[in-house]
Amino acid sequence: MKKISLEQEQFLLEKKRKKRIIYFFQFFIIAVFLLLWQFCSSNGFINSFLFSSPSKMLVTIHGLVIDGELYSHMMITLWEIFISFIISSFLAIFIAAILWWFPNLAKVTDPYLTILNSLPKVALGPLIIIWLGAGTFSIIFMSLLISVFVSILTIYHGFLNVSNSYIIMAKSFGASKWQLFQYVIFPYNRGNILSALKVNISMNFIGVIMGELLVSKKGIGYLIMYGSQVFNLDLVISCVFLLGIVSYLLYCIIQKIK
Amino acid sequence: MKKILEVSNLKKIYYTEKEEVLSLKDISFNVNEGEFISIIGPSGCGKSTILSILGGLLTPTSGNIALLNHYKISYMLQDDALLPFCTILDNCLLGLKIEGKLNKKNKDYVIHLLNTYGLGDFMNQYPENLSGGMRQRAALIRTLAVKPDLLLLDEPMSALDYQSRLSIGDDLYRIIKEEGKTAIMVTHDIGEAISMSDRILVLSKRPAIVKKEYDIVLENKSTPIQNRSDKNFSNYFQKIWGDLNEKN
Repeated sequence: MKKISLEQEQFLLEKKRKKRIIYFFQFFIIAVFLLLWQFCSSNGFINSFLFSSPSKMLVTIHGLVIDGELYSHMMITLWEIFISFIISSFLAIFIAAILWWFPNLAKVTDPYLTILNSLPKVALGPLIIIWLGAGTFSIIFMSLLISVFVSILTIYHGFLNVSNSYIIMAKSFGASKWQLFQYVIFPYNRGNILSALKVNISMNFIGVIMGELLVSKKGIGYLIMYGSQVFNLDLVISCVFLLGIVSYLLYCIIQKIK
Repeated sequence: MKKILEVSNLKKIYYTEKEEVLSLKDISFNVNEGEFISIIGPSGCGKSTILSILGGLLTPTSGNIALLNHYKISYMLQDDALLPFCTILDNCLLGLKIEGKLNKKNKDYVIHLLNTYGLGDFMNQYPENLSGGMRQRAALIRTLAVKPDLLLLDEPMSALDYQSRLSIGDDLYRIIKEEGKTAIMVTHDIGEAISMSDRILVLSKRPAIVKKEYDIVLENKSTPIQNRSDKNFSNYFQKIWGDLNEKN
């Protein structure tokens, strides 16, 4: 083992201590929030039928776990996110590469991509249901619509932003367009593509839940919709809480990929 | 002396939305094997355009370029353009990779160049860890890796501070001479041109023609830095300075 000086050791300890303080406060916030929430609803400060409470949430989630509902709905939602993430990532990289390859195509499609990117995709919900039916297809399609355009544009602009001197250098060796892409443009953009994909996965998450709210018979989004229809707000709030956990886990996974 | 390149009546017009710009009017010159030639001229006169045309990056509007059979040209830019995500060795191998000539023998040659010119310990490092001068040397080795006969140097030192500029000038000159290459360098630095070249072409303002041609004859031809204290140095400097500032 490498020997470290006393000062270095102290520096590391100090760093660890600061980290622990951060963790403590992160935990502290959620703990205080839950306790306060529980306190208010137990003492009738808020209506626990409308606002639920942590204890009711626990009972609801426990119930969902016991009869296997949580697992099957959660798996569906995660699976839909995963599939749409894979498809939209490949599509985005592929289409961005095509646009880079054919600058005139990029010019022609520019206004359409801009429109499609800024169009609120929920507006297409009813059409998607009619065209693709109320099932997994519609949900994945919705998720793709929401995520793919912004990813295409981000990745494509990254391709364009490669400094001209690298391009001239490669061309001076007689590089073909494919070699230029393979050796310069694509590897130069690895970081940019990764961060585009990070945004992509959260868009997929949004898209899947939105799709499930609109059309599905399964998934966490469906449970929320169902809960609101039968006025079981404990179920609705529990599901929102679960989504919060899922999004945090997704965030952790993405950080790991980096 | 063997003539390896003949450039005759080169003309280049750029077209923009507003106007057409006659950049090169009529450029003719020869290059002999083993020569170091500098092209100097007022900024914006089209010096770099000549190199871009010779390097095959631009097509001339008219004119002719005759390179001796089987002779190869390679181009070195002002910016070192080392890819930040590749090691120095991989950067230097890029030209070979693009040409599809990456084999053991050529790779050993590149490693030999890196070792010879003081980058052996750095070949597995990334460009960000190297000084500006070292990066410029690496860029030269990348250019040499494809075994060109004629090197085109587009203001290779102008991105460096003055002191590294002088010492890298010495380095580049030594490497080019030791490897027995012919070189055409574009520069706007009169001292740099005189101290490194066998011959200097002075261009006019745009539209450019070759206004003057100087064979540089020094009393004791040595390294570029030494050459700066040669008796004839200031003489050439005055003449070229005059050429560049003439009103026409």
